[in-house]
Amino acid sequence: MIASRKSYVSKMVSELKPSGIRKFFDLAAGMEGVISLGVGEPDFVTPWHVREEAIRSLEQGFTAYTPNAGLLELRQEIAQYMYNEFDVTYDAEHEIIVTVGASSAIDIAMRTILDPGDEVIVVEPCFVSYVPTVELAGGTAVTVQALQENDFKILPEQLETVTTARTKAIMICSPNNPTGTMLSKAELEGIAQYAMKHDLLIISDEIYAELAYDEDYTSFAAIEGMRERTILINGFSKGFAMTGWRLGFVCAPHDIAEAMLKVFQYQLMCASTMAQYAAIEALRNGRPEVDMMVKSYRRRRNFIVESFNDMGLSCHNPGGAFYAFPSIKSTGLSSQEFAEKLLQQEKVAVVPGDVFGESGEGHIRCSYASSLENLQEAVTRIKRFVDSLK
Amino acid sequence: MKLTAQEIEIVEILEKDARMDLANVAKMVGLTLEETTAAVKKLEDQKIIVRYLSLVDWTKIEEHPGVRAMIDVKVTPKQGVGFDDIAERIYRFDKVQSVYLMSGAYDLSVIVEGRSMNEVANFVSQKLSTLDSVISTTTHFILKKYKHDGTVLEVGNQDKRIVVSP
Repeated sequence: MIASRKSYVSKMVSELKPSGIRKFFDLAAGMEGVISLGVGEPDFVTPWHVREEAIRSLEQGFTAYTPNAGLLELRQEIAQYMYNEFDVTYDAEHEIIVTVGASSAIDIAMRTILDPGDEVIVVEPCFVSYVPTVELAGGTAVTVQALQENDFKILPEQLETVTTARTKAIMICSPNNPTGTMLSKAELEGIAQYAMKHDLLIISDEIYAELAYDEDYTSFAAIEGMRERTILINGFSKGFAMTGWRLGFVCAPHDIAEAMLKVFQYQLMCASTMAQYAAIEALRNGRPEVDMMVKSYRRRRNFIVESFNDMGLSCHNPGGAFYAFPSIKSTGLSSQEFAEKLLQQEKVAVVPGDVFGESGEGHIRCSYASSLENLQEAVTRIKRFVDSLK
Repeated sequence: MKLTAQEIEIVEILEKDARMDLANVAKMVGLTLEETTAAVKKLEDQKIIVRYLSLVDWTKIEEHPGVRAMIDVKVTPKQGVGFDDIAERIYRFDKVQSVYLMSGAYDLSVIVEGRSMNEVANFVSQKLSTLDSVISTTTHFILKKYKHDGTVLEVGNQDKRIVVSP
């Protein structure tokens, strides 16, 4: 007989909401013949020359820890990359930390800046981990909704309604998962003005920065006056098709980076060594593949957005990332109902928009990081499904 | 010939998949169907798009005879016409699939297809090497195709990603 025991799970963790994505994974994973537009990662495999560098590092026996902040050689490449591509300057030795994916960068950022009761404004719809990460770090996440009528762009006056004396930072992601919305330089400046006026920090998740299709990308840290109050998070997952390598990085002013490194060294010690060697190669010689991938995503975006609008699901034109976020309100179904029925009836997996936040309700997230053959078939199936509802 | 960015996109898309529905091509490049159809017509008329082909893996078809050889050909160029004259003499043979003028150790790369090694060998010894300008030939038979025009033939292209992820 097993002796009964109390639950040892903390109150905070037991109250943490499970990710709404999990449910769809379970539903779709058991089915045959599913076309998935539910995948939040590139469909490209990491380019061979990058994979080969990781293999070479293993052959040469580079299997030990690296410095906490990552190989200096890699940080220098990152500094150069950030300067070349985004016009921001960071000191490789003191202001850049190589992390285990952007996720661990977000986590150490929150744990570094938050005291109990401190508030972080989280702009929704957003990646599912932001709110829990704030809460696990002992802070309070205050959400604010970017709205469809504004193409899911947050307005400074909306921030006004949620700012309190305890507000410490604004967490923002552009180009955005799940909406694909990219903020223009002028829009970033508006938010920057607000942050400066209220002495707030910006935690800028720029993991999709490479995937900008219509306009040049502007980093938050490149806005005048913002470098000193921005924690810039980026990585190799999306732009370089390296999700499984778990390699991100964070750039921050010296004092904040130094504090974050303290947290990171106790959390994870350092990122994977072979992944770091691969990343050096990706930064040095990976540009042609990145450009090829961007071109391919742009075509697919054009195709899927047009197709949704054609079938009566109104869809704004997302400027970046690889997600379309069409409205399904015209069908009268909720996001969850639509996604579930679509999966059962036509075997197309999408993610209901409400899992990314309140204002995502009435939308579905469709990743177009999938082959054109798949996208064409998925669009045919979704159209048939939508027509069947009429 | 100078093409617009959208025309180049159309060529790139159709080069990868000639059977792509033009309505979908139109959406990808941001043109109407009519504009896209007209652009394709123009590309065809100007022989920029020369022909639509299928990439066939004949080895999957049982007992299908057929061999391919790549032949390095050294020739003496002729006054006034250079290599063009001899290249034409060679490409007129139906068995010859491709002829390229090359830099390096030899001049023409000739790809020949036949039903058997013997047939190709006969062609080389009786037709090709007997041509006046041909100095020498080196014949390489293709044993197995792994990758052709950017497409890997053998490996199934499975998606290794989990079906739904954040």
